[in-house]
Amino acid sequence: MENIKATETKEVKVNYLNNGYSIWSWLFTKDHKRIAIMYLISISIFFLIGGLYAAAIRLELLTPQSDLFETGTYNKIFTHHGIMMVFFFLIPAIPATLGNFMIPIMIGAKDLAFPRINLLSLYLYWLGGIITLWALLQGGVDTGWTFYTPYSTTFSNSYVVAAGLGIFINGFSSILTGLNFIVTIHTMRAPGMTWFRLPLFVWAHYATSLVMILGTPVVAITILLVAVERIARIGIFDPAIGGDPILFQHLFWFYSHPAVYIMILPSMGVISELIANFSRKRIFGYEFIAFSSIAIAVFGFLVWGHHMFVSGQSIYAGLVFSFLTMVVAVPSAIKVFNWTATLYKGQVSYDTPMLYALGFIGLFLIGGLTGLFLGSIGLNVHLTDTYFVVAHFHYVMVGGTVLGYLGGLHYWWPKMTGKMYSEFWGKISAMLVFVGFNLTFFPQFILGYMGMPRRYAAYPPELQVLNIFSTAGASVLGVGLVLPVIYLTLSLIVGKKAPANPWLLPGLEWRTSSPPPTENFEETPVVTWEAYEFSEDNGLDIEKAKRELVTA
Amino acid sequence: MQQQSYSWVPLFPERASSFAWEVDALYFYLVAISVFFTVLIVATIFYFAIRYREKEKFKSGAEIHGSLLLETTWTAIPFVIAMTIFLGGAIVYYNQYRPPKDAMEIYVVGKQWMWKMQHPTGQREINELHVPVNTKIKLIMTTEDVLHDFYIPAFRTKADVVPGRYTTLWFEATKPGKYHLYCAEYCGLNHSGMGGWIYVMEKEDYERWLAGNVSNQTPAEAGKELFEAKLGCASCHQQNDQGRGPTLVGLFGKEVKLANGQKVIANEEYIRNSILNPQGQIVEGYQPIMPTFKGQVTEEQLVALVAYIKSLGTQPQSNTMTASN
Repeated sequence: MENIKATETKEVKVNYLNNGYSIWSWLFTKDHKRIAIMYLISISIFFLIGGLYAAAIRLELLTPQSDLFETGTYNKIFTHHGIMMVFFFLIPAIPATLGNFMIPIMIGAKDLAFPRINLLSLYLYWLGGIITLWALLQGGVDTGWTFYTPYSTTFSNSYVVAAGLGIFINGFSSILTGLNFIVTIHTMRAPGMTWFRLPLFVWAHYATSLVMILGTPVVAITILLVAVERIARIGIFDPAIGGDPILFQHLFWFYSHPAVYIMILPSMGVISELIANFSRKRIFGYEFIAFSSIAIAVFGFLVWGHHMFVSGQSIYAGLVFSFLTMVVAVPSAIKVFNWTATLYKGQVSYDTPMLYALGFIGLFLIGGLTGLFLGSIGLNVHLTDTYFVVAHFHYVMVGGTVLGYLGGLHYWWPKMTGKMYSEFWGKISAMLVFVGFNLTFFPQFILGYMGMPRRYAAYPPELQVLNIFSTAGASVLGVGLVLPVIYLTLSLIVGKKAPANPWLLPGLEWRTSSPPPTENFEETPVVTWEAYEFSEDNGLDIEKAKRELVTA
Repeated sequence: MQQQSYSWVPLFPERASSFAWEVDALYFYLVAISVFFTVLIVATIFYFAIRYREKEKFKSGAEIHGSLLLETTWTAIPFVIAMTIFLGGAIVYYNQYRPPKDAMEIYVVGKQWMWKMQHPTGQREINELHVPVNTKIKLIMTTEDVLHDFYIPAFRTKADVVPGRYTTLWFEATKPGKYHLYCAEYCGLNHSGMGGWIYVMEKEDYERWLAGNVSNQTPAEAGKELFEAKLGCASCHQQNDQGRGPTLVGLFGKEVKLANGQKVIANEEYIRNSILNPQGQIVEGYQPIMPTFKGQVTEEQLVALVAYIKSLGTQPQSNTMTASN
């Protein structure tokens, strides 16, 4: 209540953005909000680079022949697309930007538990990113983002070690961020903010952080072993010198499958926020959504072998991994049902973030269900390494992670920048992204069942029509993704000033000014309400909000 | 020879192997489940979103926290459905990856970026494989360099080809025709060019094709020549137990007792390992004196040696030799 009143004063208040304009006030900041903004700009650059590679891929695949690029160039393009998107965009996208900015505010803390370590993880991300970019510019990598051995260790004549070094360093950024989140959530919750009053966004990040801390070291070791074999010719993965190529796949997927949950869990957290808040009611089955995140994080560590059903691992291992994969599908289904049920008897509004949230449910539904196709071991034999897999994981990673990221970015944009974006253009771009995405990737399911292998620069001519659909869809998707860059940037200059609580929501982040002061709250808040509690006595002044709506 | 035919927008691949219909049945079962749940959820969302759209700005929704009954229901039902999908997949997989005992064996060696095949009667082919219809065929595959994957979409099966070991793939083609062969595991520069065609022929056509491509040596004959002359294996591994090494007559498929007390089945993998790394598995009662032949024999020569040792008499093979090593 006090905080809401404080924002009524008209003079310009000191906030985290205007208390220092020098470059050093950004580079040496310990403020989680400034670090999050620097992350936001950085991941956007990597997203742009990855997106340009995607455009190149779709252009090459417009025709069956390998004609636009040399095959070797094409191999590098899809490799670079994967490396940029997975390691430098999707994994940090939500945790390092929205999570970094919002978690301390949502739990009523002044900052993360280790502000200097937070800055260190940004520097590690930059260092890793620059080294990897350098490797790509020097000549690039042609191993696929999966770095399968012995191709990557013995046969590839490209910058494997340099690119790997960048990813290795970037991994520590991920580990430190996870560590910071866990300690912060344990020790820095405001008085009254019990575990079961935490917003589900925070629960999702807790689960994500567990995966970051436990999984990332394994991929770090794996990259190190690849480098050792490549440089010193010590036989680890290459059978010609006594190694085992399947061992690499086990190690790689032991991290890289859980990494999928690093990408999707935070997005699910965003969706829980959006669905509850834009239905203006408590989320259906709070505890079930919270614990399903933990269940996904735990079971996610036990299913890596489903990437290897045809690799030559034992049949019995394959069956066990297929069974566990089916089990891990259940908590995801629980979430979808609970989100849908939350809409029941709500007061549903359709602002841009909610459009993204509803779009997420549709796309994640298809992404999840096609995961069952691939988890079913007999069907996987036909489908693995085809475009069916490509379509499936883009439905989960783009349809899931990117839509959640964009939904969250729009949702918290007024809080982060103090400016309102154009609602009209927001809705247009949300719809373009949804339509363009489906047109791009749905045909790829059919291509996959037809048997078109992934990572092919050339394909049989009878598959061209579906590929044209896909490329056409990609251009719509591209427009849908470029638009937010334009109107969000413009909003910084011409956008209306954002009130502290534009949607009149009960969360803690809406009880401080927009943008928040450096210490987040003028005085430590005391939490007396449950998560998503829209009752009248919860400090939400409906009459005043309506008046402001009219005057604005 | 009929060409693979496609409609303008192809939606479904040709079906030409004995277990392809099982894969397709599983696929349609999953499509049905997916359509059902997608329609259910999307229709519910649309209904709720319209029925409960915001009536008045900033009005709160109803106070509903959850329902244990609903949570239990929508945990149990997806779990049960997921288990049916698992079981269906497990059965199909079992049929795909358990090679029948009486299959005709064809050796496949992959290398960047071609497939080399050899028929039991000795004919060699590159990037093309002619097989008779309605005949069980087992491919025994390895590679000279990196990972590859032998994939025939019309047969709904594939298997990785792994350096340093043998993997197997089997099928029974049910329809004469010409079908795509792809490499499905990324293998470098010309990955998308590492493909070819599988020609499924009527049995008499296949016999005629074989007769028109007379080979000088079957794999077993080539192996015999290596064994007896070029590599000199026969000086120690004799027809009886008098040699410095154990006799290999009747070895294949038998249980072998090792010096360290372990027991192993003498399958393709065991023979291959014993040639390349003889010190790894010493047969009980023999000295570790055999030199390694690593670097001296090619993958194709290894395949020939394995074929020859198999031809020296076999025990009924157990089912352990499948997709695993």
